[in-house]
Amino acid sequence: MNQKRPDPDALLTRVQAEEAGHQEGKLKVFFGANPGVGKTYAMLQAAHEQRRDGVDVVIGVVETHGRAETEALVNGLEIVPRRAIDYRGTVLQEFDLDAALARRPAVILIDELAHSNAPGTRHAKRWQDVQELLRAGIHVYTTLNVQHLESLNDVVAKITNVRVRETVPDSVLERADDVELIDLSPDDLLQRLKEGKVYVPEQIQHAIHNFFAKGNLIALRELALRRTAERVGQQMEVYRLAQAVVRTWPTAETIMVCVNMKPRGPRLIRAARQMAAGLHAKWIAVYVQVPRHLRMSQSERDRVIHTLRLAEQLGAETVTLTGEDVAQEILAYARSRNATKIIVGKPMRAWWKEWLFGSVVLDLVNQSGEIDIYVITGTADEGQPVARRPLRSTGDASGYAYAIAGIMMATAVDWLMFPHFAAANLIMMYLVAVVAVAIGWGRGPSVLASVLSVATFDFFFEPPYFSFTLSDMQYLLTSGVMLAVALIISNLTARVQRQAELARYREKRTGVLYAMSRDLAINRGTGMLAQLAAKHLRDAFDAQVAVFLADADRKVHLQRGELLFFELDPKESGVAQWVYDHSERAGLGTDTLSGASALYLPLVASAGAIGVVAVRPKDSVLLMDPERLHLLESLVNQVALAIERTRLSDEAQQAHVKAKTERTRNAILSSVSHDLRTPLAIITGAASSLAVGRDELDPTARGELAQSIHREADRLDRLLKSLLDIMRLEAGVVQLNKQWHPLDEIIGSALARLEGWLRDHAVNTAVPADLPLVPVDGVLLEQVVINLVENAVKYAPPGSAIDLSASASDREVVVAVADQGPGIPVGEESRIFEKFYRTKHARERGVGLGLTICRGIVEAHGGRIWVENRSRGGALFRFSIPLPDQQPPVETEQPEAREA
Amino acid sequence: MSQEATILLIEDEPEIRRFLRTTLPSHGFRLHEATTGQDGITEAKARNPDLILLDLGLPDLDGSEVIRQVREWAHIPIIVLSARDQEQVKVEALDLGADDYVTKPFGVNELLARMRTALRHASRANESGEPVFVLGDLNVDLGRRQVFVSGKEVHLTPIEYKLLITLIRYAGKVLTHRQLLKEVWGPLHVDEGHYLRVYMRQLRNKLERNPAHPRYLVTELGVGYRLRTE
Repeated sequence: MNQKRPDPDALLTRVQAEEAGHQEGKLKVFFGANPGVGKTYAMLQAAHEQRRDGVDVVIGVVETHGRAETEALVNGLEIVPRRAIDYRGTVLQEFDLDAALARRPAVILIDELAHSNAPGTRHAKRWQDVQELLRAGIHVYTTLNVQHLESLNDVVAKITNVRVRETVPDSVLERADDVELIDLSPDDLLQRLKEGKVYVPEQIQHAIHNFFAKGNLIALRELALRRTAERVGQQMEVYRLAQAVVRTWPTAETIMVCVNMKPRGPRLIRAARQMAAGLHAKWIAVYVQVPRHLRMSQSERDRVIHTLRLAEQLGAETVTLTGEDVAQEILAYARSRNATKIIVGKPMRAWWKEWLFGSVVLDLVNQSGEIDIYVITGTADEGQPVARRPLRSTGDASGYAYAIAGIMMATAVDWLMFPHFAAANLIMMYLVAVVAVAIGWGRGPSVLASVLSVATFDFFFEPPYFSFTLSDMQYLLTSGVMLAVALIISNLTARVQRQAELARYREKRTGVLYAMSRDLAINRGTGMLAQLAAKHLRDAFDAQVAVFLADADRKVHLQRGELLFFELDPKESGVAQWVYDHSERAGLGTDTLSGASALYLPLVASAGAIGVVAVRPKDSVLLMDPERLHLLESLVNQVALAIERTRLSDEAQQAHVKAKTERTRNAILSSVSHDLRTPLAIITGAASSLAVGRDELDPTARGELAQSIHREADRLDRLLKSLLDIMRLEAGVVQLNKQWHPLDEIIGSALARLEGWLRDHAVNTAVPADLPLVPVDGVLLEQVVINLVENAVKYAPPGSAIDLSASASDREVVVAVADQGPGIPVGEESRIFEKFYRTKHARERGVGLGLTICRGIVEAHGGRIWVENRSRGGALFRFSIPLPDQQPPVETEQPEAREA
Repeated sequence: MSQEATILLIEDEPEIRRFLRTTLPSHGFRLHEATTGQDGITEAKARNPDLILLDLGLPDLDGSEVIRQVREWAHIPIIVLSARDQEQVKVEALDLGADDYVTKPFGVNELLARMRTALRHASRANESGEPVFVLGDLNVDLGRRQVFVSGKEVHLTPIEYKLLITLIRYAGKVLTHRQLLKEVWGPLHVDEGHYLRVYMRQLRNKLERNPAHPRYLVTELGVGYRLRTE
């Protein structure tokens, strides 16, 4: 029973597919073998049926080609107005995607899925428009002919001898929710053709006889039927899986197809797709970049890109590998991915070259082991082999000159040695020269050098002297050995050079990645990261770079900064927004919005897109290189992750601060509520007894009650003032109103305000009359003195004196307040300045804010406040205010004595 | 002073009005009330009170606007009732012509003292200048321009003397920095507060027994100075 249960993963996938289906629109394809079978007609009929059922159906695009029956069906359906696009002087009427999205019908009809859009529209192909409509939740009815299917393109071309340019990826048809085959027998179709009922596409006008030959029609019809049947088979399997009727389920196979810069790439890709589809296998297109590919010509490069992109469109995963040995790289990767089959193209080189230099295919076959190798033949689709750019093309001419010079030098040395050494030793000198030339200047010059050395040796040192006569077979062998040495050395050298080149390239790539990830790791803040990313991308790709980040409303904004530069028109930011919304790349070099001046890549983090990177290279071709694209992608991924990381850590930080603020607030609330309630309780009690027992109370008692009300109200008032002060200080809203004050005046003012408090204490002041002026906020500093004296009063025994003194040095003015109380418990000297801190010795309860306020005010003035115990008991509080270098100017008078 | 002084209280807070309504009559004042600035100005014109108690936080008009309008036609003494930490507002009110201020919350004694000072000052302004000013051990002969502390003559510079007689002329009343600077140094020096502080210090050093704890020359930080007469 167990094995009959559906695989949970598979079920989940199905549920997800269904859920996605609920959000996305459904695609219905009216599929046919040829033009003229009645697809558009059938689509319109279906639309009318829907409309009768009350469904909101509109026409996006329908081509009637002047057919009366079809036109009759168009009537009565709403049509989305087309958009006029001016293309090189011709006005083209194109489907208006934005109008359709804005209209939001339930069902929209889009004829001719394979149509290519005019330049200037958002997507290059109409099927991309359809995908966007589906994503927007709109159901789409569309029509498609079998010859437009990408994977059948080759087959159809072979059958009909007409190559159709407009193709649709097979995945579009595969993902369709409903495919309706519109079938018409070839005879009926030919009949309709004769009656002129069939519109014939322009591009096959010239080939009409070929295309509509009965044999072709039969073949195409078979293709269409087979394709539909395949689809039905797939659906059946999906159904079986869902219904737990698992019987035979082939283990998932992986097919790898190897492509290179040869023109037959697309053929290989299509063959691989067919095989993969037949086997329900996953397939991977692999391109191995070897050192000599670094000097590929531009068209070869383009061909590789085109081939890989085709593979992507047909549903393959594409991978670019780098290495020295193609076969080994392919096999290593195939094993790492558990590929079971490898498809390669048959080499087209001459047999002797293959025999001499070996071939990738031979290596693969020899080393593949358990993996099957499929070798596909085929002629090139298009294009001609392109001349390879030679390595070191500039150095060549001089290389031959050096070869001649080297041999001349060897001859000169041999000339000197000739009388004393045997001929074999002289040849060694030539060998040295040949090796040197081979290392320095490569194959051509070294071959020349070896030929020259044999000739000169024969001419100068072999009797008869000064004549070319190869008298001895020995020297023929010498000459051959020299030639072989020259070739081997020059090949080795070239290989070493290529490896070095590859290593340099890799190093550069790693360097770029490393430099950027390091910078991203040590910096914080999204703005900073965006700037760094732009800088590194600009350096690595020689491009203008812009980074857009999305805000909470899912709108992207250009991150501005000195390192970001981009001329931006609204159209370009529209592209960025599109890329963000769809998490897909677009713009330059892609099929979507390719009119944009830059390539736009989404910054995708774990929770979806967070922004967009725009790259506008000086040379747009640079972005076509798959290697560079991969590098760009990995860099962009790094940026996305770094930005996400910094955002998350910011959020965590904020949460932490919030929690801390919350804790502080709770502490304040609990402390304050107690301190507020006590005086309020006393006031309420005293006031109520005064109100109720007015007559019973004697005058003394009444006086006492009134006194305590007054006292407690005063306490409340001070508490509130302290709370307001501390809140203002902590909120940082206190603005210092600094003016030049004599500190003695501030002390005097404070003492005047404290008069009521100081009844039980004498205050001894020792303030020099010539204290320098200090730039302070007088009101706040007065508060400091008041709080310190009040604090002293709280702890000092009644009747004891409080000493208040001030002194000045060059740098600061220090004010000291000393009492004769119990002093500060050891170890609490700094804690007593903390909020709500109270020592046990206080005679009167305070809130524990006075000293905190003092510290806040003094520190706001750039000063310090501290406390120590006096040697004879009691606490000594001191605070300092820094002195500026100069005192303000005061006009002095003539000290004029008044007449007595 | 005549028998009963008339007081106009302009205050929107009913509890404060009630508290003053119960207290002031027993101290020999007759009280009229207004709850808005506009009413207050009308009442002031209709009743011509001897003193106005003005709350600065009125619902309709800015308190300073009331002062400005009253000052257009009358020199009635105005005492401003203000909340704490509003030094700027107080200074503005005083500069506009208010005579004094009391900070909320205030006790009755403090308010009564300020009211008496303001009323006395107003009545004295009508008299001709007294030749000798005596305050505790301070004795100033205004005719001869001589200053004695405990019977000993003290020599003052011209600015010190001018500062002292300005404070004496408005004795008991708070004078803002601006007012003092204008009176003593002239209208060009109204922003040089530290001049004033330096000369006040010199004056305290010459006249006060303990300059760090003055009895006469009282500093109202952030507002100005007052010659304390009680």
